[in-house]
Amino acid sequence: MLTDFGRILIFLLIGAVFTGGGLVASWLLRPRRPYPDKLSTYECGEEPIGEPWVKFNIRFYVVALIFIVFDVEVVFLFPWALVFKEMGMFAFVEMAVFLGILIVGYAYVWVKGDLDWDKPSPKVSRYVKGVGVVSDESVDVTEQVAV
Amino acid sequence: MSFEQVVFYFLAVLAAFSAVMMILQRNPVNSALYLILNFFCLGGLYLTLNAQFIAMVQVLVYAGAIMVLFLFVIMLLNLGDDRRLREHLGLRMYLGIGFSVALVLELLFIFLFRSSNSAVQQSANAAEMGTVEYVGKVLFTRFLFPFEVTSLLLLAAIVGAVILAKKKTAE
Amino acid sequence: MDIIEPLVKIVFIFLITLTTVAYLVLVERRVSAFIQNRIGPNRVGPAGLLQPVADIVKLFLKEDIVPKAANKFVHSLAPLISLVVAMTTFAVIPFGNSIHLFGRDIKLMIADVNVGILYILALSSLGVYGITLSGWSSNNKYSLLGGLRSSAQMISYELSMGLSIIGVLMIAGTLRLDKIVESQAQGMWYFWRTPISFITFVIASFAETNRLPFDLPEAEPELVGGYHTEYSGMKFGLFFLAEYANMITASAIIVTLYLGGWQLPFVGHIGLPDLAVSLLQIAAFGVKVGLVLLFFIVIRWTIPRFRYDQLMNIGWKVMLPLALANILITGVALLW
Repeated sequence: MLTDFGRILIFLLIGAVFTGGGLVASWLLRPRRPYPDKLSTYECGEEPIGEPWVKFNIRFYVVALIFIVFDVEVVFLFPWALVFKEMGMFAFVEMAVFLGILIVGYAYVWVKGDLDWDKPSPKVSRYVKGVGVVSDESVDVTEQVAV
Repeated sequence: MSFEQVVFYFLAVLAAFSAVMMILQRNPVNSALYLILNFFCLGGLYLTLNAQFIAMVQVLVYAGAIMVLFLFVIMLLNLGDDRRLREHLGLRMYLGIGFSVALVLELLFIFLFRSSNSAVQQSANAAEMGTVEYVGKVLFTRFLFPFEVTSLLLLAAIVGAVILAKKKTAE
Repeated sequence: MDIIEPLVKIVFIFLITLTTVAYLVLVERRVSAFIQNRIGPNRVGPAGLLQPVADIVKLFLKEDIVPKAANKFVHSLAPLISLVVAMTTFAVIPFGNSIHLFGRDIKLMIADVNVGILYILALSSLGVYGITLSGWSSNNKYSLLGGLRSSAQMISYELSMGLSIIGVLMIAGTLRLDKIVESQAQGMWYFWRTPISFITFVIASFAETNRLPFDLPEAEPELVGGYHTEYSGMKFGLFFLAEYANMITASAIIVTLYLGGWQLPFVGHIGLPDLAVSLLQIAAFGVKVGLVLLFFIVIRWTIPRFRYDQLMNIGWKVMLPLALANILITGVALLW
């Protein structure tokens, strides 16, 4: 007897065979004429500068951490949603307490500013007579139009 | 050997293999890939036990969330060069070997002397115990208090994440 | 004997999705041309109908360039993961009611698991890997930035996605997708029973499929091609297929959860033979999915891309509170 998850496995295998088959077929058919320039890393035609692994903003890491916490919370919501109609008010209050505590955490993250991402602050250059090109950091974008 | 046993042994061997490979890999991303494979094997093992909820959560939380964090860290740490990862183990290595031997002995003891008299008891409603509905019912009756305390644990995790980030950006 | 029925269904689904993917690309190109007052591809075959064939042949014959600095194994693995994950979601989606053929009732879904929605969420959480790994393995700045951005984006919107589904689950009380479709009989579709949940889910679907206005992972003006900058030939083709396959599964999920699935109101009452009713329902499912896909395409060509800080703001400060509020509202409404 084939279970439903067994069917999913067959589906997955057929999918993998199909995609892998596509790659193999193309491997047999396509030309192969590599030369060093072709195999270099693409950086808009320039020689690549430095390592590609630059250090990233710590925010990405914080977002991932907070995501895990909330993902666990969502996982708890699934069994709750299924028994909600049966258990009614009791389940509702219990989940409200559970969510309430987590919303405190959510508000904490929000207030601490970890959900804020840097907004671009455009540096605008302008031409001043007799001085040359100056760039002001705090020029409003609307002002730029006037210049 | 029944079909179920074939599936079990296949997944168990694959899980053990991927776990060992994860430790042996030099490249952190390859390690992460083997760990993901390991999570899938565990998910499959849960399915053979009819624990569908746990199986899905295994993939959703471990493979889908925690491993994403791992990949982030691998990218953030700038691990282009494997040599930076080498550690000098010394005392820790001997301690590790000691504990591993102790664990193997303990397992051997259990397998050899305890398995005969503790026949596996299968509960009458084993088939439905792993369903999400059952988990929901048990969660809001027997395990209500642990469930609510979990939220405090998660709250602590959120606060911890924020404080970690603050420390880093101040530098 | 038992294995033939699922196999037939699997092959059927595969052929349908792949043909749809191929022609969806053509439709997208024609619609975008129409929106931009151009003509679009119309040379290959009558009205350009053979264009997908030409595209696929071209992709097969293109040289595959893997940069010297790339991690070759992961570089080849990433597009495979993307496409397989995108296709496998379809396994639990019911595309019609049971149909009576050759003396037996055949359920028109591949796997009737009782954790259907969790399965979909689990798979869509794996979609991150294809993009992240391709970004990492290419050893290219643009690719890595695209991969990192997209994983942060996808995990942020995954939360809102999971939370908005809860609203539907509370009303339906089941995770089985066929039961959810059945509970939407007689036009009681969830999109107007839980409108907030519908809106947040659709927006999250856009973000999860990396479609404009959320296509930051491959934002051309900033990142060249994003995560697939270093891909060419069939591997690029697989990413391309995966994007459209993702769109199709996302539309199918939206239709199943919120737009009544294969339900066609009142068709059961006009006295048609059972087979005709079943076929009409399959057609209804197809038409609904097609309309949602068209919506995806029109949005792409009419709305500009978000900035990254806007994207994260919407995800964390608008979508998340909205989805949470929806759970509260639904709960209160169900209790009273």
